[in-house]
Amino acid sequence: MNLVFDIAWTHVRTRARQTGVAVAGVTVGVGFSIMMAALMQGSQDDFIRQLVNALPHITVTDERRNPPAQPAELAFDAAEIRGLTPSVRRRGIKNPLASMAALEAWIPGAVAPSVKVQAILRYAARDVGASVIGIDPHREARVSELPRQMRQGTLNSLFTATNAIILGDRLAEKFGARVGANITVQTSEGAHANAQVVGLFHSGVRAVDEATAYVLVKTGQILARQTGLVNELRLRVDDPMRAREVAARVEREIDYKSVSWQEAHEDLLSTLVIRNVIMYTIVGAILLVASFGTYNIISTITHEKARDIAIMKSLGLSERTVRRIFVVEAQIIGSAGALVGFALGYALCLALGAVEIKSPFMDVTHLPIAYNPWHYAIAAAVALASSFAAGYAPARKAARLHPVDIIRGAT
Amino acid sequence: MSEPQFAHPATAPHPSAVPLIEARRVTRILPGVVPTVLVRNIDLAIGDNEFVAITGPSGSGKSSLLYLLGLLDLPTSGEVLIRGRSTARMDEDERARTRLSMLGFVFQFHFLLPELSVVDNVALPMRALGALSAAAIRARALGLLSSLGLAEHAVKRPDQLSGGQRQRVAVARALANDPAVILADEPTGSLDTKSSEQVFELLQDIVARGKSVVAVTHDLELAARMQRRIHLIDGEVTADSGRSGAGA
Repeated sequence: MNLVFDIAWTHVRTRARQTGVAVAGVTVGVGFSIMMAALMQGSQDDFIRQLVNALPHITVTDERRNPPAQPAELAFDAAEIRGLTPSVRRRGIKNPLASMAALEAWIPGAVAPSVKVQAILRYAARDVGASVIGIDPHREARVSELPRQMRQGTLNSLFTATNAIILGDRLAEKFGARVGANITVQTSEGAHANAQVVGLFHSGVRAVDEATAYVLVKTGQILARQTGLVNELRLRVDDPMRAREVAARVEREIDYKSVSWQEAHEDLLSTLVIRNVIMYTIVGAILLVASFGTYNIISTITHEKARDIAIMKSLGLSERTVRRIFVVEAQIIGSAGALVGFALGYALCLALGAVEIKSPFMDVTHLPIAYNPWHYAIAAAVALASSFAAGYAPARKAARLHPVDIIRGAT
Repeated sequence: MSEPQFAHPATAPHPSAVPLIEARRVTRILPGVVPTVLVRNIDLAIGDNEFVAITGPSGSGKSSLLYLLGLLDLPTSGEVLIRGRSTARMDEDERARTRLSMLGFVFQFHFLLPELSVVDNVALPMRALGALSAAAIRARALGLLSSLGLAEHAVKRPDQLSGGQRQRVAVARALANDPAVILADEPTGSLDTKSSEQVFELLQDIVARGKSVVAVTHDLELAARMQRRIHLIDGEVTADSGRSGAGA
């Protein structure tokens, strides 16, 4: 065995109590940092998953990002035109079927049409405002989580009755409607229809569950009082993280405003950056505290080993060799602490993952935990780096000890 | 006790006209508010196969001189030469290497590494030098211990040995790299009479094998049995019996 490692290992092995304390310090640092990272990452992933699932990955609406030029603006180069009535533009996406076909040719995912209208739903003398979305049940299954969110009925239930409607469970709860109930739908366009509740869904997002209803596209067009209207295309991409770039290309190609889920939730996502800064600060602080523990122990060992250092140097061991002995000791402690810390971190994650969370605002759930090898790798790397730093300073000091000073003191 | 196996298999004794260790006008002053002169203007040469005692009262600079000769300390002025080569410009690593390969140390207290076994303590300088294979190092370490009557203690820890045994292990360690000279600082100072005699005989054996031994001692009877006696008072050589032991 290498001389340096052999002596370092002997020191570590024969000072079991001190070694144990130092290893425990690193273990706690690594274990808790893994737990914190898993918890923060898990909650962030869960949060993003909910954001992603709550809406289509990309929503194309019949709006333009910049208002179209008015005829007068096109006709004249005048600096300013006032008091003109803008030309009325027919609502909806032009040639929706052609647009969908064009998008389906290259989009890594699926496209579904929808018609969105605002309406008042009335049942048992109670009125509730809601967005009524006309969907194609066959296509909708490919772009949203709605089929899996159905609590009663299925999307195909929309085909089982005239003017069938699926309600969010909290919306239904608001006016006491159940499956089979006949409700009245009054839209802002002045349309009026009776609809039969054929299903209930639950997305887990309160704002959606208490203010959204689904009907067939055709029913939606009737409620919007415009035959053939499609005012939204809902897209789902295979990799949700690429939604932003896909949305940009969609917008370039069909010239309608195309909003990715990231853009729709930009404000929330920006708070995640702050969360990450907080998370890494906390994790870093935990590891820093652990490294101080390692530093203390290595310093103590080095101090106690002053006589041995003098002996080794008097025998002819170089400063570099002596320094490496103590650095290797710190690395042994750091490595052992990291390995045991992995086990502690994993156990803490399992324990936290088993904790049930109950809240009036959400379903009973468990703490979201992310099991990511990078958390372990980063914690281990920081532990080893801090152990190295913790070992290096006392090791350098130890190696510079003048053997004569120690020998004189000892004799 | 079996026949000592001091000679390194790879090297032969190196008698030479060039002194083994030479001090030229060596002065060592400890800096401080009131600087302390440890040794002053020391001129001396240690040749091959010498058995030298450095004597003097407490605080006369005996150990300081030994540390300077052994490159453990640096002179404030003057220089120490090893085999005619000045050590003044050597860096710390080079001095360490020279100590490792040419000089062996025995201190008043054994100064064995407590966590290592006896055989590992003896093997330590050889492992640091790295000239032999692991098997050869172990064989030589066991051979040295055997020659000093310590074979059965090879795997024990130092704290399981008596004071005399520990000091003999320290001698074995000093001999590990087959140095040209053993520098001993009060090697019998902490031992009982019987153990002192055993260690002294060991040192005599080393000289008989062609090595040199320079030993600091305050025991004048012991010093009288050595070939050469150098007497220090207040950091200066006041008497040197010379190699013949006749007196300066």
